[in-house]
Amino acid sequence: MMNRFLILPIVVPLLTAVLCLLFFRKPRAQRWIGVSGAGLLLGVSLWLLQVVWQQGIQTVQVGNWQAPFGITLVADLFSAVMVVLAGVLGVAVAIYSWESIDAQRQAFGYYPLMHFLLMGVCGAFLTGDLFNLYVWFEVMLMASFVLLALGGERGQMEGAIKYVTLNLLSSAIFLAALGLLYGLAGTLNMADLAQKFASTASAPSNAIVTALSMLFLAAFGIKAAVFPLFFWLPASYHTPPVAVTALFSGLLTKVGVYSLIRVFTLIFVQDTVYTHTLLLVIAGLTMITGVLGAVAQNEMRRLLSFHIISQIGYPLMGLGIFTPLGLAAAVYFVFHVSIAKSTLFLISGVIARLRGVYDLKKLGGLYKKEAWLAILFLIAALSLAGLPPSSGFFAKLSLVLAGLQQAQYLIVAVSLGVSLLTLFSMVKIWNEAFWKEKPTVEDETKFALAQNWSWILPILFLVGVTIVLSFGIGPIFRLMSQVGNQLMNPQLYIQAVLGGGG
Amino acid sequence: MEMVLPFVIGSLYAMAIYMLLRRSLVKLLIGLGLLSHASNLLIFTASGLTRFKAPVIPMTAEQLQSPHADPLPQALILTAIVISFGVTAFALALAYRAYRSVNTDDLDQMKSTDA
Repeated sequence: MMNRFLILPIVVPLLTAVLCLLFFRKPRAQRWIGVSGAGLLLGVSLWLLQVVWQQGIQTVQVGNWQAPFGITLVADLFSAVMVVLAGVLGVAVAIYSWESIDAQRQAFGYYPLMHFLLMGVCGAFLTGDLFNLYVWFEVMLMASFVLLALGGERGQMEGAIKYVTLNLLSSAIFLAALGLLYGLAGTLNMADLAQKFASTASAPSNAIVTALSMLFLAAFGIKAAVFPLFFWLPASYHTPPVAVTALFSGLLTKVGVYSLIRVFTLIFVQDTVYTHTLLLVIAGLTMITGVLGAVAQNEMRRLLSFHIISQIGYPLMGLGIFTPLGLAAAVYFVFHVSIAKSTLFLISGVIARLRGVYDLKKLGGLYKKEAWLAILFLIAALSLAGLPPSSGFFAKLSLVLAGLQQAQYLIVAVSLGVSLLTLFSMVKIWNEAFWKEKPTVEDETKFALAQNWSWILPILFLVGVTIVLSFGIGPIFRLMSQVGNQLMNPQLYIQAVLGGGG
Repeated sequence: MEMVLPFVIGSLYAMAIYMLLRRSLVKLLIGLGLLSHASNLLIFTASGLTRFKAPVIPMTAEQLQSPHADPLPQALILTAIVISFGVTAFALALAYRAYRSVNTDDLDQMKSTDA
């Protein structure tokens, strides 16, 4: 299906950013434009999801150059779901930034950068061409570099150096892999690649393709922060303002996961015994190292950063299991965890606004002061840990089910053990920040949560999404099963891009 | 040429990684620059070094005459060069700011964020 409006999720953030730049000296106007642009993006993404759901995979041949020669934009259900995720987080973070980002950062182009980041993310989700994916990665990275360093605090500088270095390393690996792949197959269109590798006549030997797939695994693995390539993440994610961290945690690593799922379901499926078993091993080790790093932390943002790593393991587990149910669970998990994790980051920002610190040792007594905040935290935290009836429970249940069906008992055991440790560290935040007595009587900040809607509204919104994900599990999981089916039948994708002959 | 370039690329990668592992911030940036050059040359080489005609349809013909050189790798490299130019410029500015705020270019001193 041709549908030129498919380009809207890329154009809307671009126009928003440009409009913001036109009002560069008027931060007030930028805020309004930034928030309404994010709202528009959410609307467009929901519309796209609905169109893809009803009419099947949508494509655009940019500039009317037919695939595989031109750049193709493709929206299958997986892409559409991820674009919706970008829209939801965009809205929440745009509102949260209203007051939490200080005037100086806003004056230096915070909102345009945020929208350029969203544009890069949506572009990466929608492209059907591997080189174009590289370009979108760079758009996204460039915006994230500046967002991370904006403000110029010492910690931010140190974190940014590490973040920039490792992400550029990953880009170089990606680029090298692209060059070798082009030399091998003569095309970089994903559907065309899948078709070439699937047909026995034109396929190069499996060993070469598998070796090449490892380069892609390393490149995307760094972006997704999997074991053992995650060290840049806990060194940098806690340095910028918390709104930026929430946006990064919800979207950037997820783009890495998206790319891994895309290439390892569409293109590199020759030797699944080797590649997907390796993915399972990586998934298990990522979960364990991430959660063990988290339990050792006392600083809220660092603790949550390690949980990002740990939770990356779950979608990889779904990918490694490689059944429709496993992939459906993986996509559902990505959606749920991005929402839950961003909520927790936003709440940690509110706590720091109330008490001035992120250190759990110095916090306490927040339940007495802000009981509502505590309840919101509890919903998000228990959802992350996977207690019924939260969205995390259904995500993990379906992953475990998929694992048991394929007799992958070890990874199932690991994932359940890691869930327990996740619960442990969530309870630790609860005990330390909300439940225990306030350690010292310092002067409270004069900050009343009820009157500062821009701090609390996005949290309410994200918790609302979590609740919808939990109690709307029936229809939502039907959608996710459809996503899994599409991912396991690459023929549909190939036909949509290359036409009926595929 | 096909025999020479792999060695050039290999040594570029080796130099890049050597530089990346140094402790000095400036050498790190040089390493990143070399890394992108190596990758660009790799695209150039892996997609086939050919000394054919330019892929332009002559006035007298209707179709492209083969053999012709493949223009796509060069377009890819051009894009990659532009991107790495921008990124390197940003990294240089960032390194300068980091140097100003930490007061050293020794990466071993920059670990206050690692806890």
